[in-house]
Parts: sequence; structure tokens; C-alpha cells
Amino acid sequence: MGLLSKKSKEAFITPIWGNNPVTMQILGICSSLAVTAKLEPALVMGISVTIIVALSNVVISLLRNTIPSRIRIIVQLVVVAALVTIVSQILKAFAYDVSVQLSVYVGLIITNCILMGRLEAFAMGNGPWDSLLDGLGNGFGYAIILVIVAFIRELLGSGALLGFQIIPQCVYDAGYLNCGLMLMPPMALIIIGCIIWFQRAKNPEL
Amino acid sequence: MSKLRQLVDKVKPTFSEGGKLHAFRSVFDGFETFLLVPNETAKPKGAHIHDAIDSKRIMIMVVIALMPALLFGMYNVGYQHYLAIGQAAVAGFWSKFWFGFLAVLPKIIVTYIVGLGIEFTVAQWKGEEIHEGFLVTGIILPMIVPVDCPLWILAIATAFAVIFAKEIFGGTGMNIVNVALIARAFMFFAYPTTMSGDRVWIRTDSICGLGEGQVIDGFSGATPLGQVATSLDPTVHLTDAAGNAISCWDAIAGFIPGSIGETSVIAIALGALLLLFTGIASWKTMLSVFIGGGLTAFLFNIGGLDTAAAQLPWYEHFIYGGFCFGAVFMATDPVTSARTECGKWIYGFLIGVMAILIRVLNPGYAEGMMLAILLMNVCAPLIDYCVVQGNIKKRAKRAIKK
Repeated sequence: MGLLSKKSKEAFITPIWGNNPVTMQILGICSSLAVTAKLEPALVMGISVTIIVALSNVVISLLRNTIPSRIRIIVQLVVVAALVTIVSQILKAFAYDVSVQLSVYVGLIITNCILMGRLEAFAMGNGPWDSLLDGLGNGFGYAIILVIVAFIRELLGSGALLGFQIIPQCVYDAGYLNCGLMLMPPMALIIIGCIIWFQRAKNPEL
Repeated sequence: MSKLRQLVDKVKPTFSEGGKLHAFRSVFDGFETFLLVPNETAKPKGAHIHDAIDSKRIMIMVVIALMPALLFGMYNVGYQHYLAIGQAAVAGFWSKFWFGFLAVLPKIIVTYIVGLGIEFTVAQWKGEEIHEGFLVTGIILPMIVPVDCPLWILAIATAFAVIFAKEIFGGTGMNIVNVALIARAFMFFAYPTTMSGDRVWIRTDSICGLGEGQVIDGFSGATPLGQVATSLDPTVHLTDAAGNAISCWDAIAGFIPGSIGETSVIAIALGALLLLFTGIASWKTMLSVFIGGGLTAFLFNIGGLDTAAAQLPWYEHFIYGGFCFGAVFMATDPVTSARTECGKWIYGFLIGVMAILIRVLNPGYAEGMMLAILLMNVCAPLIDYCVVQGNIKKRAKRAIKK
């Protein structure tokens, strides 16, 4: 078994697009609606989730043979909660503004279904290396959807990207207006719906 | 007419199977049935209704019923404009109408081009017949927006509504919520500055040099319901653009600022008569909207809530804003309303109740008709389900007794 055997590659690549946790498994929708009004918090959220999924996957995978199956959910939660708390504290220390924007949603990563899903479905039955790749893949898959949605929402909703004004003033003078609906969560749901539509139209097997 | 028939028959082979323009079959089909009554009816067997009326005829009926409100709306746009520049007495009937016509026509053209463009493309793409549902949506939509709403926003909203409220659900007859109202709701939430407030209801600029003039001092573009919503005094004195008092008669005739087609109760009543006479709209829905709205407003009147909206006499709620228009043309939409006879009473009643509740209790929204109808559109299948299940239970009980 090489470092990048076929199985490991699959574990990393399929969740990014083909079996994306957000658009295919419809997991983690709540936070993808809540934090995607601007690109910056979406990026931070994507990175945080990626780190937490990857690390917790590795930890649980290492412990998988010693965890009694009756209390495995509690053990998984303890591991995830510890990681989430660390990430949340780091954010508060080094990126306070973003952590304020993300508000409770960093803490709520604990309840993000992607995490529990990956721990239960993958880390409990696979080695640490594969679990790491699987965690990274799912984290990236989640982050990519967040970034796509946030890109569209911030560009059309605020005319900016990462806080920099993209749409020039002369366009506004000509009568253009920002779409206020883009800043509301319903539009994020519709955008995610469009991505799912696109994905399923491209892939007739689904 | 027979010449038209000959012409259509002559070009028909080109679009039939194997013809040169077979790809555009659905477009041809759409125009053929648009121009001529299809002569196919159900086979004279069984209990089917043998009639050539199809959804195109029904849609055209609704469009005709909308005409009085639209024409009056055009006139009122011009009237309000000349009132705002202080020339209402000087300008003649035709110059007012012509001004309004020029202001409204681009909106109608834009909605039709965008909406029909999407419908034609989708029909072509799926190889289906063209659905005719957009005929009505395309004329209603320009009538329920303020006159100063920019065209590009109207185009985006139309595209959004047709794709996300209709085509995704499977096209005409499959939509859960009213397409025109979704377009309006989109505009309302996405671009609130162009859909509400005091500045959008009356066009103060001239159109192609027509209606030049300075806006008079003391001009206020607020709609009656807008004035009610912002009034601090429970007894509100409604005024028009020039500061004169608005009487009930003005509001019934329609000489008040508002969305283009919604102002005149008389013009809407003419349309309502046609719809009821031809049996296209349900009188139960219409009546129950008024009963629900009237009752709720009456309860607020005697309830002692001390705001202008709560103290507005219950009958005046009908004549301001879009209450009548919504009750007659939007709530009765056969696709999105409740379909059981008993359900129609509940559905209409709750629309009226919700509309007044939103008007009175939510100071952010001066008008609640749009949101009330959309909400009940979503609930209509539930109402139908309960009515049907209730009926089944009742009959089952009766059967067991015997």
C-alpha cells in the first residue's frame, strides 16, 4: 500500500466534487447558509472545518480499536469538541473580527453533520493516513462550496470581494443597485440548489 | 380568418416531423393555437367535457379582464405625474394617458421579452409545447410594480421568477406559488429602495420631453398606506401628491399613488365581473378574502390598538393598496389557490386575515397583500389535504353507521 494508493486517492478526491458533502449528501447546510454572506468568514470557516475534520479523523482512526462501540459517539464528541475549542480560541486570539462575524458557528462545528458522518463512516474503519486524506477531502469539498456561494453572494450583494470594492462607482452612478436578497440566507439556499442542479445535470448517473 | 387558416396550413409541413424547421415545432404550435381555436376536443365518449376551451382561451380571458385596470393605471400614472408638477388642471386627458402609456409600455415589453424568451427556450429544449401561462404573468407583473421601478430590475426579477418559481417546478400549472408575486417579492427584498418608500410611486421625470416641469413645493409621493404606516397620529389625514386631502371616492376611482394597476377599485371590479361571469375565477375565494380582511380590520377597529393602521376604518383597508387587485386577480389564480370548494373559503379568508395583520402589526411593511397571498399559496395544498381527509372521515363514519 503506497502513500497514494488508489483507495487513498479516492478518499481524497471524491468528496471534493463527485461526492461533495454539501451538495451530494446535503450535510452542513446550516453553516453554509449562515456564514457565506461575505467571502472572508466563509474562507476562515472552510479552513477551520478542514483542519478539524482532518485532525479528528486522524485521532479517532488511531483510537478506533480501543474505543468501546457503545460509547463511541461520546468519545468522538470529546475529540471534536477539544479541537473546536482550540480552533475557536486561536481565531479569537489572532482573527478577532472574523471570529465575531462567525459568532456561534465556530462552536457549532461540533454539531456539523459532516464531522460526525466522516468519523462514523470512515475514521472508525480505516487507518490514520487514509482518514487524514478523507478528512482533508471532505473539508475541501465543504470549503469549496462555501467559497463559491460566498463569492457570488458578496459580489452581487455588496459589490465587493474580501471587503474590497470590485464593482466601480460609475456602475452605481448609472443606476446599478446591490441585490439585497443576496445578503439574506434564502439566496444562499437557492445558490446551493443551483450548484446541485448543475452537478446533477453534468452527471447523469445521479 | 379562413385566409389565416390557409396560411397556417401552408407552412405547417415545414414544422412537422421531417420538415426543415422541425426544431421550432413547439414555437409554431404555440402560434397556431394562439391564432386559431384548436378544433380537437375529447372524443365524444364517457363523461368528458367536449369543449375547445384550453388554457390559452382562459389566459386571454384573464388578460381581457385586466385591461380596464391596466388602462386606468396608465391614465393614473400620467395624472399623478401632472399633479406632481402642478399641471393637473392644464394637461388634457390624452396627454395624461399618453404619458402613462409611455411609462408603462416599456415594462410590459420587458417582462414579455424576458419571460417568453425563457419559456420558449425551455419548451424548445425539452421538446414540449409552449406553455401559455406567461401571457397573464407578463401583464400582471408590470401592473403590480411602482412606476419608477427600473427596467433592468424588472427583467432580473422576471427571469428569477420564471426559472425558480415555475420552470423548476415543471412549467405552467405546476407552480406552487404565484409567479408574478414571486417576481414582486424578489424585487421587494432584493431592491427595497425601488419598491417601497415615498419616491417610487409617482414618476417625476419627463419622458422623451413629454411632461416637462418642476416638481411643486410640498410634493409628497407617499401612498395612502405608506402615510398610514408612518403616521404617529392615530387619526391620519391622507393627502395626495399635491397635498390635497384624499376622499374615499378618490381611492375608489383610483386617483391615488400606488402600483400601476392596483389603484382603481372600479376598474378592478369590471375585471372581476368578467372573471366571475365567465367562471374563470372562484367567487368563493374572492368573497372570503374580503370577509377575512374586513373582519380582521373591524376587530382592530374596536380592539382599541392606538395606531393609525389599526384605527383605519375597516372598509378603507379595501380601497387603498393592492387589496382588491390581490383578491380578484392573484388570490383566485386557479393553479396556486386551494382547489377544494371548502378549501377556497378557508384559503381566501386566511389571505384577508394575514394581509390586514401584516398591514397593522408590522410597521416595516405598509402593504401585506403580497406576503399574505404567497404564504397562503404555500399552505393551499395543506388546506386541500385537510379538507379531503375530513371529507373521507365523515363519509367513512356515515358508512359505518349504516
